[in-house]
Amino acid sequence: MTVIDVNRAIEEIWRMESAKLIASLTHLLRDVGIAEDIAHDALIIALEKWPNIGIPDNPGAWLMTVAKRRAIDLIRRTKKRDQKYTELARGTDLYTEEDVDLVVNEEIGDELLRLIFMTCHPVLSQDARVALTLRLLCGLTTDEIARSFLLSESTVAQRIVRAKRTLRSENVPFEVPAKEDRKERLSTVLEVIYLMFNEGYAATSGDHWVRPLLCQEALRLGRVLAEIAQSESEVHGLVALMEIQSSRLKTRVNAKGEPILLMDQNRAQWDRLLIRRGLAALERSERIGVPLGQYAIQAKISACHAEAHSVEETNWVKIAALYEALYRISPSPIVELNHAVAISMAFGPSLGLQLVDELSRESSLQEYHLLYSVRGDLLFKLGRFEDARIEFKRAASMTKNEKEKSLLMNRAKECES
Amino acid sequence: MRFMMIVKATADSEEGVMPSQELIDAMQKYNEKLVKAGVLLAADGLQPSSSGIRISYTERGGRAKVVDGPFTEVKELIAGYTLIEVKSREEAIQWALRMPDPHGYGDGEIELRQVFEAEEIMGNPIHLMKERELRKKAEEQQKA
Repeated sequence: MTVIDVNRAIEEIWRMESAKLIASLTHLLRDVGIAEDIAHDALIIALEKWPNIGIPDNPGAWLMTVAKRRAIDLIRRTKKRDQKYTELARGTDLYTEEDVDLVVNEEIGDELLRLIFMTCHPVLSQDARVALTLRLLCGLTTDEIARSFLLSESTVAQRIVRAKRTLRSENVPFEVPAKEDRKERLSTVLEVIYLMFNEGYAATSGDHWVRPLLCQEALRLGRVLAEIAQSESEVHGLVALMEIQSSRLKTRVNAKGEPILLMDQNRAQWDRLLIRRGLAALERSERIGVPLGQYAIQAKISACHAEAHSVEETNWVKIAALYEALYRISPSPIVELNHAVAISMAFGPSLGLQLVDELSRESSLQEYHLLYSVRGDLLFKLGRFEDARIEFKRAASMTKNEKEKSLLMNRAKECES
Repeated sequence: MRFMMIVKATADSEEGVMPSQELIDAMQKYNEKLVKAGVLLAADGLQPSSSGIRISYTERGGRAKVVDGPFTEVKELIAGYTLIEVKSREEAIQWALRMPDPHGYGDGEIELRQVFEAEEIMGNPIHLMKERELRKKAEEQQKA
């Protein structure tokens, strides 16, 4: 291997291990910012030493040992001058150097779980949670995060620095929340992961329809979480949803980068492996035996599409019923809109249109382009082409996504002929 | 991106000799690591080639020729595969290096192959250029 190859291998190993390193170090040091710095020190030491001594057989353990030694040094040094740190260190199990090797192979699932609860803590803004989670749990660089969200690198860097500062100043504990808070805190974590996924799946601004990096990171993190929080039905529900939606990633855009709607996608190209994995995750979610949450129900809806060989063969009656169930636990006008679409597919466009018309009186949907695009579609099916054209044009004028805009303009044009 | 780690067959695997408990445990532990890291998509071991068949076309437009197993060129046969989804080729290599010697007695061979996928948007120079332009635009909007 050349020096460059070795360096790339080292950086990749560090990336694979960094979340575990940071989680373990935060456990020792109780400060995620310092933990990240020390994990980074370990990388630098590896970059110095490995090109000469070769990559160790168990590189993860090597990095962990080096990082923990430095963490202990730091605690010892500050112990002498800082009473606060002394207390901290006393409250923490300190490993002697001989112990370290024993500790490194220990299960660290619990520490990873604590880390994700920390990076998704409610004291942070939504943006900060996403950025910090991508950075600390997914090991993305600031530049990669910036690129994914079309932000400047300095904006993201600042966001991360500020988030770490907030965690420190608010004394956010490194722990898995107690039972009474757990459900709510877990839903915050899942929200962050799904937000990442969705940002990747359908970028709301700019002319990119899919940003695969974010989808992949969200899915991977979801899979990790499903292993460390196995008894949580909703975690499996979210993983199922992301797996099944990912199965359609490749068929969502054509060669020109234009979006292809679910109905028009080539189902033969859906990724059967991901569908199968999604169905398995859904089964795990249901097996836990608690009422299904919003992600699991959405996954079930997604599964109805995945299992149908064509639009006509889709069980729209079941989908309509699932949207109704979804509305009961997480009511929103958007769910209602989807319900109306399912009803129209199951029982005909005029019934769907009736529901959509009722919905359009709702103020929160009036700025939502999909309302008009759905309405246009139903009118089109009913043969009211002029009305449909107006709705498609209205929808086109409201969306920020360039590709979607051109799709809607095309549909408006179709109404003229 | 997806990679397949292909484990080559050995004389033992072809004869259907079960691996040692030690190796089974090591493999299981390795697979658990893959699952916990969120990278494992699928993994299977294959039955010996004696239960397989081979279909070959020896001439253009000709009919399929079917040959029953077992097949003799052991080193070219496949005993199992592990499909992973990772960030980079380097990561795939690191995972492949961590797989235990698949037969446990120094006769193991693992082949790492990348799976063909739809164009990787993030790696495509044209898309990257577009992305940069968009980013610039977004920054200007932010400043305005």
